[in-house]
Amino acid sequence: MLNLDHVAVTYSNGVTALAPTSLAFVPGQFTVLIGASGAGKSTLLRCLNGLVRPTDGDVSDSAGSIFASARALRQHRCRTGMIFQQHHLIGRLTALQNVLMGRLSAHGFFRSLFPLPRAEREFGLTTLDRVGLLERALDRADQLSGGQQQRVGIARAMAQRPGIVLADEPVASLDPASAERVLSDLHRICREDSITAIVSLHQVDFARRFADRIIGLAKGRVVFDGRPGQFGGAVFDEIYQSEPPDLAEAAE
Amino acid sequence: MSAAYDQILARDGAARARRGGVLAATIAVVIGSMWLTGLLDPKRFADAWPAVVQLSSEMFPPDFGRIDRWIWPIIDTVAMSIAGTAIAVVLSLPLALAAASNTTPNQVVYQFSRLLLNLLRSIPELIMGIILVAMVGFGALPGVLALGLHSVGMVGKFFAESIEHIDAKPVEAARAAGATSPQVVWHAVLTQAMPQLADITIYRWEYNFRASTVLGAVGAGGIGFELIAALRVLEYAQVSAILLCILVCVTVVDGLGATLRRALK
Repeated sequence: MLNLDHVAVTYSNGVTALAPTSLAFVPGQFTVLIGASGAGKSTLLRCLNGLVRPTDGDVSDSAGSIFASARALRQHRCRTGMIFQQHHLIGRLTALQNVLMGRLSAHGFFRSLFPLPRAEREFGLTTLDRVGLLERALDRADQLSGGQQQRVGIARAMAQRPGIVLADEPVASLDPASAERVLSDLHRICREDSITAIVSLHQVDFARRFADRIIGLAKGRVVFDGRPGQFGGAVFDEIYQSEPPDLAEAAE
Repeated sequence: MSAAYDQILARDGAARARRGGVLAATIAVVIGSMWLTGLLDPKRFADAWPAVVQLSSEMFPPDFGRIDRWIWPIIDTVAMSIAGTAIAVVLSLPLALAAASNTTPNQVVYQFSRLLLNLLRSIPELIMGIILVAMVGFGALPGVLALGLHSVGMVGKFFAESIEHIDAKPVEAARAAGATSPQVVWHAVLTQAMPQLADITIYRWEYNFRASTVLGAVGAGGIGFELIAALRVLEYAQVSAILLCILVCVTVVDGLGATLRRALK
């Protein structure tokens, strides 16, 4: 269970990125956030693992408020995988080494200076296998295509054995075929492992196909929250109407 | 499936073992060098300890009694670093254009300018200072020339590398628009490389300030001359005072350099 309780975010330049918002995410559900650039999707996602600290309200998981202590926040992050738009891989490391970053939180600093135990490395290979990249495990990440890099990003998140996965526009910089592959891999794995997924997207057709629930955001407010079948043209227009440009910049 | 995993992990292990071998060899070379230069000989350090204590106590407290006689040499040193850097930039730019593979007119010029840069770089500024003092006499002038000429070797090489790393596409666009070669170099090549060229120049100025204090030791003017004079008469309290003055100047110059660099981004 993941709860937002009257969470609001106002950045230091005075821009309100997220108006007070309360949401509850049901375990095992695949939720898609839809909204124009600057609508508050990234801010909302980053609140969910504390990368952005809400100026008001609270975020809690089954263990209580994630901001209760530095320890609570770190434990919450251990259980929460994140997938980024620009992959956030280290290009000169192999795909496997990047994936094993997802295992860092399970080991202390000095232990992590040495090669991880064989069982961990095997598990890293399993996650690469699940996204179809076993053969590329020892290739440098910067030698992979954009879609492959994003699948390594998924494998890294899965290496955490997460209960929750947050994905911030995971396919925004990919061509349609790669985007399809990345999203279906992500969707399939979350289904198989009963992972709660919260994914922000721009493509409404992808949202309709993969989502159990769609949340539409505009100007920092939830303007739609329902099943994909209920998401219609009027909501679409409301979400993608013109945005004040300063808001778009502030959320970057 | 497990066989495939085993195979990948074995290859990964082999790659790690190779990296480990390279690391071990590097460590061996480093330790060998330390041993050869006496760094690993505790007896030398133990023997030196009384002298360290003696000199340290003589250096403290610093004696600023002659500070009024150091002001002008310090200003001289600052001026030497600025003028030397200016010489370096003016001479480096054409040499760098000749020594960059994408702007050089031909192979002969390219090889010759590379050779010239290597030659200038391989003469230490201290040696260049001694030779120039013999040629033009004592004072700041041989210092400026030594700094400038030695800097050309380094600055020219870095300039050439920055020029080689520019994006070739806008250069092609300028050529396609009918620009002459000098126009292409000025408007398409140097415009792109400007932030890096400025960065290198400012870095070199900071370096030249520190180097110019050393040049004073061979009679090439500036605060280094006072420093060597104080050392010769064993006035260690004055030596530490001069070193503190230099520290203040280096901090100011580095701060100015950082400000300039931000402004030119």
